Amino acid sequence: MENVIEVNNLTKTFGAFTAVDAISFQVKKGEIFGFLGANGAGKTTAIKMLIGITTPTSGDATIAGFNVYTQTESIKRNIGYMSQKFALYDDLTVKENITFFGGIYGLNRNTIKTKTRELIDELKLEQVTNQLVGSLPLGWKQKISFSVALLHRPKIVFLDEPTGGVDPITRRQFWEMIYKAANQGTTIFVTTHYMDEAEYCDRVCIMVDGQIEALDAPKNLKKTFEVDSMNEVFLKLARR
Amino acid sequence: MKILGFIIQKEFKQIFRNKGMLPIIFIMPFIQLIILSNAATFDIKNIKFSYIDNDHTSFSRALINKFEASKYFHVLTDFPSEQLANSAMLNGDVDIILEIPNHFERDLQKEKHINLRVTINAIDGAAAGVESVYINQIIKSYNKDIGLKLMQPNDLQITALNIETIPSFWYNKTLNYKTFMVPGILVLLVTMITLFLSGMNIVREKEIGTLEQINVTPIKKSQFIIGKLFPFWVIGLGLLSIGLLIAKVLFDVPIIGNLALMYLYTSIYILVILGIGLFISNFTETQQQAMFISWFFMVIFILMSGLFTPIESMPKWAQMITEFNPIKYFVQVMRMVMLKGSGINDILPQLSKTILFAFIMNGLAIWSYKKTN
Repeated sequence: MENVIEVNNLTKTFGAFTAVDAISFQVKKGEIFGFLGANGAGKTTAIKMLIGITTPTSGDATIAGFNVYTQTESIKRNIGYMSQKFALYDDLTVKENITFFGGIYGLNRNTIKTKTRELIDELKLEQVTNQLVGSLPLGWKQKISFSVALLHRPKIVFLDEPTGGVDPITRRQFWEMIYKAANQGTTIFVTTHYMDEAEYCDRVCIMVDGQIEALDAPKNLKKTFEVDSMNEVFLKLARR
Repeated sequence: MKILGFIIQKEFKQIFRNKGMLPIIFIMPFIQLIILSNAATFDIKNIKFSYIDNDHTSFSRALINKFEASKYFHVLTDFPSEQLANSAMLNGDVDIILEIPNHFERDLQKEKHINLRVTINAIDGAAAGVESVYINQIIKSYNKDIGLKLMQPNDLQITALNIETIPSFWYNKTLNYKTFMVPGILVLLVTMITLFLSGMNIVREKEIGTLEQINVTPIKKSQFIIGKLFPFWVIGLGLLSIGLLIAKVLFDVPIIGNLALMYLYTSIYILVILGIGLFISNFTETQQQAMFISWFFMVIFILMSGLFTPIESMPKWAQMITEFNPIKYFVQVMRMVMLKGSGINDILPQLSKTILFAFIMNGLAIWSYKKTN
């Protein structure tokens, strides 16, 4: 399998503070790659460098074959992104949000129409198509947000704490959507606080103070640290 | 081009869906236009006039009657003493004290010459100057009346030598202050609304987090910015249209010049203002900050625009600053085209500077808008 994300000694400093300290890893096509760490460990800064909205201080990275320094716009054409801050427009309806984001990714109106249809059927949003997004419950918004991030069939989707504040049932449904996308060949790069979600990933990488402390399949990590759950792995690392 | 359409469509939807914003855009400016045009007048009327008549003769009464007859003066009191008059002035109850001396009538008849003392509240120097002119005119006319009364046969040649000027007022025949103010206030409305709306619009997306989402899409900077600003450009021209209509219908301001020229100039002018708004929004993180900075510029621009006070009477250094004030040019152009019927050649200096500003401001705005930090 080819690598769609290659990161080598990627570093970001803000003045004297090193937010991300020479991290290196690869992500394969179709993989669900979990990116774990306590608050302030540098996850969001790392993601922002990978999606091309923050320029790294040093190191190298290629996303879908494009350089994070020089080809940020090509990267953006090939990725989807869903931030921890909910990022659809509250004052537009579900349909209008889909049209807008489809439109700025360069899809034509006919394609947008078919995609909207598919999406609405799939998420069973029939009743709320013409409702303002602001009036929907958070779980629904997150699901729509994820679908919108997939609209232009990106090679990689970056999800920054996508399930924060969502109930367990919706979280479960959300992960089903993630699996489905991964099965269709989309690479998933996801950060999370929930350790049960870490178990769903193919591989996880745990960041502590800007550095990668562990990187392996959840099963192997549990074996290495001689514990039964990812939760204990995380606590062992974070408390070191 | 296609992408641009999606952005413009979205912006218009959001603007017209915002129930708090719509009245601000369309109703507030016109209430302002109507109120300000009627209130912001420099005509000095209702001057609080008082006098101390130490003479009490038919001559002194005739002089007071002259003031009472004038529509500018509101004759209040006859003070029995100077002290009382002065304390009324201190309290702000009167603006002017005219003191008619003892033996006013007698001296006038005997010596044909007399001094009157006039005290004017000059806290507002400009108003005091105007009041002084009014008083002089009334006294001059009184002079003439009294001169005729006192005329003796051998004085005949003096009164014959009476030179008078007959002014003719161009471009504003009736010296109607509204004719002068309405075009200027219209400028304010177009400027304020477009500056505030564009300044806050992008910051708002920063605040709610959608700007980050936009920045991870392959959208071009120029597409996003044009898409964002175009709706406000349209709204600005819409405001101009409604404003011109009100000026014509409600205030009967003459619109002598070419309408197309006014629109041409305004359409370029709004680009300058939108550029400034966008530039401000690039350097601010919250709508409050954007609002404060916009206000800061607005106040300077307005007070140094020549709208309320003539630029010619500002100090040299201030006049230099006004060279960079886009509102100044807009006020000039509106007054020139609307009231004088100036053509494109007459407004060429203003037009070319505005075009230059449009390029500079939008260049700076696009340059400072960063998709990547």
